[in-house]
Amino acid sequence: MESNVLVVDDSAAIRKILQRVLRQTGMAIQTIHEAGDGQEALAVLGAQKVDLVLSDINMPKMDGLQLLASIKASAQWRQIPVVMITTEGGETKVSEAVKLGAAGYVRKPFTADQIKEKLAGILEPALPL
Amino acid sequence: MKLNEIIAKSVSESTTQVFSTMLGIDIAGGEAAVEAGMPEANEGVISFIGLAGSWAGTGSVSCSPALACRICATMLMCEAPAVNEEVLDTVAELTNMIIGSVKTELELHLGPLGLSIPTVVYGRNFKTKSAGNTEWIVLRFLWDDEPLIVKLCLEPKDQAAHVMFHTSSTQSCTLEV
Repeated sequence: MESNVLVVDDSAAIRKILQRVLRQTGMAIQTIHEAGDGQEALAVLGAQKVDLVLSDINMPKMDGLQLLASIKASAQWRQIPVVMITTEGGETKVSEAVKLGAAGYVRKPFTADQIKEKLAGILEPALPL
Repeated sequence: MKLNEIIAKSVSESTTQVFSTMLGIDIAGGEAAVEAGMPEANEGVISFIGLAGSWAGTGSVSCSPALACRICATMLMCEAPAVNEEVLDTVAELTNMIIGSVKTELELHLGPLGLSIPTVVYGRNFKTKSAGNTEWIVLRFLWDDEPLIVKLCLEPKDQAAHVMFHTSSTQSCTLEV
């Protein structure tokens, strides 16, 4: 089954890179939605079916950890896996994200292989043509 | 190892890693120097990001408009003939990744630090100045013959300023970093 992914990052450059990387992973992805901060992400979640969220942490308005907490507090969304992709590599932030229920953590800068490896247990591979 | 040496090593490793991972480029150089925080004329693209905690300061990445476009084109695999929003955003994210990695390394020595959202400035003949008497650790890298300069200043919190000023011949404003 094809999945819908939501990419949340205040950098349009990173969103563009993740769009490309996700398309190259070989995973069964139907639509990639984008949001520039946590508030925008919640609006997308309210309007679209989302199967996976990839989120930065440092963002204006609502940061990635607040977004993660909001998703995990919602009966409707708490089953959606959230993978943090961020420059925040300190133990404090990592353990905070894990405590809040993050499904994974990728540090920037990242390679396509690191993203693919992190998503391997979360998304289904695309069916061969 | 002194803090300045730790910062210089970390900036060098971080910049090299970001270029290698995100652009597939082996960037040359990275020799460190310490410069006083005197205002200097700038031209091109400069991105600032603030660090806060028990120590506070500012990191910056600067380069020519041509190099900024080349970085954007390589990182995003797109055309970037002139400095536009996408180019500025790419330089901001590059700064976020370089200084963010340095921050993670420094936290091992200095305790938890916060990282601000980057601010990017593009123009000619503008000056930047930290509001403190700050020394900057400066590393100059080269991509082919084009320089990319990464700077970082860091002081114990009670000595640090959190505001950067930039001025040009026609106007001045405060950059919160």
